Amino acid sequence: MLSIITEKTKKILISPKFRNLIFILFIIFLSVGLFEALILSPQDYLQSDSVRIMYVHVPSAWISLGIFSMIAFLSLGVIISKNKNFVLISKSLAPSGFIFNLIALVTGSIWGKPTWGTWWAWDPRITSMLVLFLFYFLYLLSWKLFEKNKAVKISSYISIIGVINVPIIKYSVDWWATLHQPSSINVLSESTIHSSMLIPLFLMTAAFALFSMLIFLMKYNVELIKVKNKGLNRI
Amino acid sequence: MYGKKVRLRILFIISVLTTIILSIYIILKLLEDDVVYFKSPTEIKQSSENITKKIRVGGMVKKNSITLDNEKILFVITDFKSEINVIFAGTVPNLFQEEKGVVAEGFLEDKNLFIADKILAKHDENYMPPEVKESMEQK
Repeated sequence: MLSIITEKTKKILISPKFRNLIFILFIIFLSVGLFEALILSPQDYLQSDSVRIMYVHVPSAWISLGIFSMIAFLSLGVIISKNKNFVLISKSLAPSGFIFNLIALVTGSIWGKPTWGTWWAWDPRITSMLVLFLFYFLYLLSWKLFEKNKAVKISSYISIIGVINVPIIKYSVDWWATLHQPSSINVLSESTIHSSMLIPLFLMTAAFALFSMLIFLMKYNVELIKVKNKGLNRI
Repeated sequence: MYGKKVRLRILFIISVLTTIILSIYIILKLLEDDVVYFKSPTEIKQSSENITKKIRVGGMVKKNSITLDNEKILFVITDFKSEINVIFAGTVPNLFQEEKGVVAEGFLEDKNLFIADKILAKHDENYMPPEVKESMEQK
């Protein structure tokens, strides 16, 4: 049963048509999102134009957390059921998550200077995001460093252990006094971001998610080709 | 349903995770004083020992408390229970305002006076256009 589902999804994932569709959707969401974020959306009453950094910072942080959680979830499957397809999927997801984590840290720093008055603070939220970045780094490095069977196991354990950090990142602003503001968007209460600012935020999130999907599809195809050509076989 | 090996793998992962989560929890609990980015005025007043090392105090800048004196800026940080006076010589961030969040880094002179050598503005979770802010204030 499981193998039929994965064969079907594999076919969709490697079809050029699907990739083109994702690419077109990404271009549409990115252009509309940027237009909303940079031109149509209003200034903030306090931070004026630097609020626009949020439309890159927050989606990047969300995506990097989401991708890491997915990698960890798939890695559980890898360890328990030795599913080969999960290995390739989680390996291909990692690069875009890593890049978005870096973007979140850098844009946060650029926003912090004019708003807080500092580029960096050893604040629980920021530090835990840096720890996630290190876990991404370890994960990617383990694939380069170890030979295939070892790399599958070591990378999976790195992601499963690293996922403990995800709830710490999420709740760091509630558990401790932080310089970073608490979350504005909660499931149970009304958002403290004005609706005119939520539109570009969600559009940019969709654009970034589509971009990660696109990078994932490209990487996944490369991995499958490597498996086919035994000379380059890594897994 | 599952083989013995699979059950052992699941048991192993659960044990690894439990061990690490517990260790992290204990470490973070022990270091709570250093994990928090700043202390509130109430926490400083309540602490029994004299704090001599560099600390950060955070809270709201009290309304009508900012005064300028000889290139020094004086203001009051409040958490609406306790207050602490702050002296600072230097430039403050643009978002440093009365009734907004602030974090001051420096040394305690005594429990009522804090000599800051760095001021950070704390932004809250509210984002809105200026017009919305105005209409909220009129209400």
